[in-house]
This record gives sequence, structure tokens and C-alpha cells, in this order.
Amino acid sequence: MSTDNAIEIEGLTKRFGDLVAVDRIDLTARAGTVLGVLGPNGAGKTTMVRMLATLSRPTAGTARVGGYDIVRDAPEVRSLIGLTGQFAGIDELLTGEENLRFIGRLLGMPTRDAKARARELLAQFNLSDAADKAAKAYSGGMRRRLDLAASLVGRPRILFLDEPTTGLDPRARGELWELVRGLVADGTTVLLTTQYLEEADQLAHEIVVIDQGRTIATGTPTQLKSKIGGQTLRIQPEDHGQLDGLRALVAERFPDLDPIVEAGAITVGVNDDGIMPTLAADLRDRGIALTEFHLGLSSLDEVFLTLTGHRTEADDEAQPEEAAK
Amino acid sequence: MTAVIERPVLGRPGPADTVRQTLSMAWRQMVRIKHNPFELVDLSLSPVMFLLLFVYVFGGQMAGTTDQYLQYVLGGLIAQNAIFLTMYTGTGINADLRKGVYDRFRSLPIARSAPLAGKIFADLFKQVWSIAIMLGLGILMGFELRSWAGALMATLAIVAFALAISWVSVLMGVLADSEEKVQIYSFVIIMPLTFTSSAFVDISTMPGFMEAWAKVNPVTHLADAMRGLLSFGPIAEPLLWTFAWAVGIFAVTAPLAMRAYRRKMV
Repeated sequence: MSTDNAIEIEGLTKRFGDLVAVDRIDLTARAGTVLGVLGPNGAGKTTMVRMLATLSRPTAGTARVGGYDIVRDAPEVRSLIGLTGQFAGIDELLTGEENLRFIGRLLGMPTRDAKARARELLAQFNLSDAADKAAKAYSGGMRRRLDLAASLVGRPRILFLDEPTTGLDPRARGELWELVRGLVADGTTVLLTTQYLEEADQLAHEIVVIDQGRTIATGTPTQLKSKIGGQTLRIQPEDHGQLDGLRALVAERFPDLDPIVEAGAITVGVNDDGIMPTLAADLRDRGIALTEFHLGLSSLDEVFLTLTGHRTEADDEAQPEEAAK
Repeated sequence: MTAVIERPVLGRPGPADTVRQTLSMAWRQMVRIKHNPFELVDLSLSPVMFLLLFVYVFGGQMAGTTDQYLQYVLGGLIAQNAIFLTMYTGTGINADLRKGVYDRFRSLPIARSAPLAGKIFADLFKQVWSIAIMLGLGILMGFELRSWAGALMATLAIVAFALAISWVSVLMGVLADSEEKVQIYSFVIIMPLTFTSSAFVDISTMPGFMEAWAKVNPVTHLADAMRGLLSFGPIAEPLLWTFAWAVGIFAVTAPLAMRAYRRKMV
């Protein structure tokens, strides 16, 4: 394999009975970069990470991590990787320092080195003040940081982060992003799964969008955003009768865009926020009164609508109701 | 700016690594006790209660005097308690498996068996603790210890037996989907097993079919061995049978438990 690729996956598949959780996925992550795997709940992200981290065996296909085969060379793979899963792998009764020291000892560090490494990581992760408190007293953000620190004790060259910020508040999320950026600057390769487009956009050099176990899009954040629109403009006229006219107006003014009428509003993926003032002037000139005129970052849901024509699983049930309106 | 620190590729852990990693796992369990000393109180309550209740409630009717029954039953109670204690090994493993702690362990370059072996090893400390509590209280109540060498031998025998039968608990811990289920399964097995033995009564008073079973019951051999080492009666024969059972149970359940544990890796 090319030494430039830290992770190479070919036709990776995992079946649980009739369910195909991961379906012939191909992807590569260049050494020293962040590969973002973006997808909704149940897309197969965790199943994929578990296979790559040697916790689970693929049904078919191959994957090489750091040049080692994840099945045949599992022990070698484990010596190269760090894993931070969705469920914290820390011991709640132990203090933060003890949790890290324990991992150091497991990895064969002499006691003094394990202690020094624990202190170093606690300082780096801004947990020094809580070093001697039991982990059960930590906030959600502190727990995730400790969990991430625990996966870094052995200085892994390749790091798997499975939804590292799910459930965190924006501030804690931002702090974790900074830590990940620092690791990548030091040469670590990161495979990050997330449900947040913004997170993939912020951190990843390359993004793979997966849905129902399959890859549905790949590219750099810029490429993906130009394909799907990084932002979504939502326009809702006061009078629903004006919806079609409004859609035609948007389509005429911006022929590159593909506005959709949905749930009494027009939604359109856009890349250029300069569209707002232009459109506002048009609407004022025609005297169209609005109840909503909103430009925001595209949600994963909107990305999926654009890429697959359907919403993420969770929203599927809501569709018939909306169509009936 | 910062140089990349390359970790040497370690490869497969050897036997010395496995032992060291098992000890690290055991260290974690000991630190847990340090942070939650109530666990030791919890462990001590049930043997203390059993000892007081059995001796002062049943003792008079069982053996004429409570003092005489104490001499008989202490070995049996120690055997019963040791078997009950092994249940905690399974519940602990079950909790770690469900909380994702084992996912972290399995992503580390360590021996597959180290997390399980470390837990079993650390729980042996609880065995020593409990036997000390029961012997200490027993002596305060008037138990006439045969010899301190016997007490030491009894402790070693309990530890060895627990080491083997803990794998039954590990197997249940790996297979069950909740701690409560491990507790229920353990209770359903351990309760009848310990009562249909010589732990509390002379088995010759049992009806034929029950006596036939009690004679082969491993708890009978363990209880007789404890009695032999601590108070009176033969030592060698029950001890030999105890070890035979321990080896047999280990040989069957340890591979099954390891297989079930690896199967978790789907």
C-alpha cells in the first residue's frame, strides 16, 4: 500500500443476519489528515469504526490501518491506534489521573512514566484541576476530554473518534475541536464520525457521507458544499398561494440553484450569502410579504435531502403528513 | 512544530506481558475498592449475618448447643460464602462490558484474557477478606480453631477453588444482558447447590436420593475440607475431591467463557 495512506478500506462489509450494516465501503485517509465520516444514526458509522479498531470482524472486504490488515494483523493494528467511542471507556470510580495512569500501566509504561504521561495529558486537556476527582463527578465535556486523553496515552498514530461531540454543548464541542486540531498538527491521522455537517466541515480534510451502510458522496468540504450548498435559505411567504410564484422567481434569478417547495416554504441550498440582499430587494419590489426569511448552515438532514432525495431515517415518518398538506 | 512521536509497533503480547497486564487490571479493581470502601462493608454483612443467624437460631436444635453447632457449621458457611462471592466477578464483568470499558481494552495492544483474569485475580482479595471476617467473628463466638496452619491452608484452598469456579460466573457475566440477570442466575444455581450439601447439616439425615446427590456435590467436599482444616474430621480426602471438582469445572467453563467473550466481538 502507499505509505501516504494511513487507512485504506476496500469493499468493507458487515452483515448482522439480514441487516447489512456496512455495505461495500471503499475509502482512504491520507496520513496526517482528518477523514470525516458523516451520516445519520444507524448509517453504519459505529459498525465501521468497530471493525477498523479490531473490535469486530468484517463479513467481507479488507481494511488496512497503518499498513496492517485489521483481521490478520489485529495485534499490530491495536498498537497503532487509539479509540474514543460513543460510550465512555473510563472507570467512573477512578480519578481522572488514575484512569490515565491505569492505561499507561497496561501499555507497559514504568509507574513513573505512566504518572508523568497522565499529568501531561491532564494539563493538555485542561483537566489538571480535576485530576484527583472521581470521573463520575466530571461534566459531560470533561468526561469526553478524559476519554479522548485515555485513548492518547500510548501516543497512537491513528485515532478513531466515534461521534466525539454528540450530546455536548457548543462550548464543550468547540474545546474538543481545538484538541483534535492540535493532534492533527502533531501528525496524527484522525477518522472522525459525526452527525453534524458543521463538525465535518470544521475538522475534516475529506468527507465521506454514508447512508444505510453505503457511501453516497465523497469529497473535500468545499467540493461537497458546492455540490449540496453549505447553507440553506428558507423563505416562507405569508400567503401560501404565492409559493409557486416565489419558487419560479428564485429559480429564474438564480438558475444554478434548485429550490424546493416543502412544508409551506421554499428551501434552497446556497453557497453565496450575497444572494440574501438581492433576493430581499426583489421580494420588496414585488410586494411579497414573508413570515420567514432565514439563512442558516445546512443540517445533515438537508444534505441528505439533496444527496438522496430522502430525509434521514428519523424523519421518514413525517413525510406523508407533510405531503398531505 | 512538534516532532511526530512514533510508537514502535508492539505486535502480539507474550506470557510475561499477559501477567503484567493482568496485574494492572487487578490494580484497577483494588483502586476501585479504595474509592468505594463500602463495598467491603457490603461484602462483610452477609457472612456476619449468616453466621449469627445460623448459630444462634438453628444451632440449639441442630446440635444440642449453639457452641457445638458453631464448631460444625463455620467451615460450611465459609464454603457457601466463597461460592456466593464469585457471583460479583460476573456482575462486574457484565457492567464493564455494557459500559464500553471493554471496548477500550480490546482496542489496546494487550492480551485478550487480561481483563477477565485481572478481575478474577482481584476478586480473590475479597475471598481472603471474607474468610478473615468469618474466622475472626467465629473465634469471638467461641470457635475452637484446630491450628493456624490449618487456617492458612483453608484460605489457600478457598482461593484456589474460587479461582476455578469464578469462570462459571465469568461465563454468565459475558452471556447475560444485565447485571440483574447474572444475579438471578447465580442465585438460582448457588442457593440449592449449597443447601443440598454437608455445609449446614449431616447429610446422613437426608432421604436417600438427596443424600446420594449431596455425597457428590462439590460443596460437600469443600465444606468437609474446610471443617477438616479448621475444626475436626478428615482433611486429605475431601481436599482431593475439592480440587478434582475445581479442575473439572475450570476445564469446562474457562474455555466456554473465553469463547463467549471472543464471540462478543461480532
